Amino acid sequence: MVSAAADGTGRYHPPGSPAQLSQALATTGYLADDGLATAGYLALALGRPLFLEGDAGVGKTAFAQALAEVTGARFVRLQCYEGLDAAQALYDWDFPRQILHLRAAEAAAVATGTRPDAQSLEAGLYDRRFLIARPLLLALESTPCVLLVDEIDRADDEFEAFLLEILADGAITIPELGRIAADTPPVTVLTSNRTREVHDALKRRCLYHWVEHPDFEREVAILRRRLPALTAQLAAQVATAAGRMRGLDLLKPPGVAESIDWAGALLALGARTLDPERAAATLGAVLKYREDAQRVQATGLAALLAV
Amino acid sequence: MSPVAGPDPVPVTRALLGFVRTLRHAGLAATGTQVQHLLAAVAALDAGTPGAVYWAGRLTLCAEPDDLPLYDAAFAGYFRGTAPVRGLPLPVRPVLPRLSAPFGAPPADPPGDGGDDDPAVLALSASAQEVLRQRDMAALTVPERQELHRLLALLAPGTAPRRSRRYGPRRRGAVDPARTVRHALRHGGEATRLARRRRRDKPRRLVLLLDVSGSMSPYADALLRFAHAAVRRRPAGTEVFTLGTRLTRVTRALRHRDPDAALRAAGVAIPDWHGGTRLADTLGAFLARWGQRGTARGAIVVICSDGWERGDPDGLATALARLRRLAYRLVWVNPHRGRPGYQPLAAGMAAALPFVDDFVAGHSLGALEELVGVIARA
Repeated sequence: MVSAAADGTGRYHPPGSPAQLSQALATTGYLADDGLATAGYLALALGRPLFLEGDAGVGKTAFAQALAEVTGARFVRLQCYEGLDAAQALYDWDFPRQILHLRAAEAAAVATGTRPDAQSLEAGLYDRRFLIARPLLLALESTPCVLLVDEIDRADDEFEAFLLEILADGAITIPELGRIAADTPPVTVLTSNRTREVHDALKRRCLYHWVEHPDFEREVAILRRRLPALTAQLAAQVATAAGRMRGLDLLKPPGVAESIDWAGALLALGARTLDPERAAATLGAVLKYREDAQRVQATGLAALLAV
Repeated sequence: MSPVAGPDPVPVTRALLGFVRTLRHAGLAATGTQVQHLLAAVAALDAGTPGAVYWAGRLTLCAEPDDLPLYDAAFAGYFRGTAPVRGLPLPVRPVLPRLSAPFGAPPADPPGDGGDDDPAVLALSASAQEVLRQRDMAALTVPERQELHRLLALLAPGTAPRRSRRYGPRRRGAVDPARTVRHALRHGGEATRLARRRRRDKPRRLVLLLDVSGSMSPYADALLRFAHAAVRRRPAGTEVFTLGTRLTRVTRALRHRDPDAALRAAGVAIPDWHGGTRLADTLGAFLARWGQRGTARGAIVVICSDGWERGDPDGLATALARLRRLAYRLVWVNPHRGRPGYQPLAAGMAAALPFVDDFVAGHSLGALEELVGVIARA
């Protein structure tokens, strides 16, 4: 659930303009278009959460990872699912250790024949060391940090309420302990596949960006950046075919993630160009529904690959 | 936030606020907070870079994909001086005469119609209401229709619950470790009682797909009112789309509290009222844009249509087979089913029936009440 990418030693380099951010992202292998670069830059400059929507596989999650790498911030990811609650997303008390602490204090009191000091015992019980940080608290405590709340639409609407305080103030209030605030609020990226509408109160606090499929040139560039062994011709062929598939009204049009997989599969087979037989053999890397594969076969793979 | 470089900030702000007005006119919300974000974003960007103002506005003022075409048109209109934007105005609540009359009294002066057909004649008693309940909605007089609207607003279609993944405290069930230990800590570490928990129930999502083509026009108004009652009951758990020559999502318009204002807003949003039907294509569009992503998954999907399909019935069968696999239960409402001697002869209807769990009529208030029952038991 949580992964730490950078060393988190406080190196933090906010770029000076969207163009600089775009260049910096390119060095990590993420090629962003103007809109996404501006969105990322404004999220950093204004300290606003960024809400990314778009088809599956257009690079929403990868963008957050690249942003963390560029800014030298720690990367914390929270994958949402139905039933996600505060104990799994924010923090949890370490109950076994609390009981142990209590028993140890009692035993010590019996051994020395004194009465345990109730007040200090109580204060010691709800101490920070008995608090287990889950991703959101972890993000507040490790600055600088890029927090990715992935697929927020999968969580139920109760969960969105937990996020509001963190997004608005960069703080969590823990009843027994008080308010924990971040020195610098984390750069937050929220992604959604739009399976349900996220509450307006949450969206209002965010910058909103709809991530499009890349155009042909960008897709070729992305493929060649991700798979250096790929020839220019093969990259162009894969990008052309993927672009045409997106226009075919399929159940699941391929995203960039699928075209990268497809190009990887072709490389693994030692292909230097894409021909109908190889395409048919590797179609499973790019199309994930039987109906889609049948439809593409019916349209004719040769037509799909034609220059 | 750094001060705006170069140009004097006041005219820039003025120009931006003018743009915001244009956007509101085009149908975007552009709240005060969003406008503040816009000004901050423009200040943070170098306003001389091409596209800076465009992206600053788009990132701060749009909130969903449907906003983007409106925004693009408004931006082109305001900054590039192309044709003025004739968008969808935000629904305004008009001053309406109160339609709720005391029960049994004649309704007050219906708007329009000049009063030719003497509305005072309909004095509804309990038995008259019972008769109205069974009448076909296509053949109602104006005062009867008003009474029907009032009764429709009282329906509260709610869906059957499913077990959610979220736990809640219960008297019986599995032991809840967190609450048990928290309780124990309050009593010196002594676990005096076991707290228990169980999965909570949650109502299923309700998806209404309403055919608004010409052949359904006598019923479309009542069905939209039914949809409004459903949205009002559970705004977050209900989605409403209209099917005609294209797919339109009207959930937002129907969130208005007042049924008449909500219907007017929906009417503005629907571009293809009383047009033709392309059921297979519009259902396909619903599945691609919404259904498969999750809106239809595990939901109770209600299609209200007479099944008149201009296109290929096989296409409709394919779309319904997919919808059937995604949805928890598929209900088809056909107003013609309420007529004596009805046979599902329309090609689309015949193709659809094998995939439908419940096939109900929706021609009268009584039939719609029955539909509420079907949805609640599904």
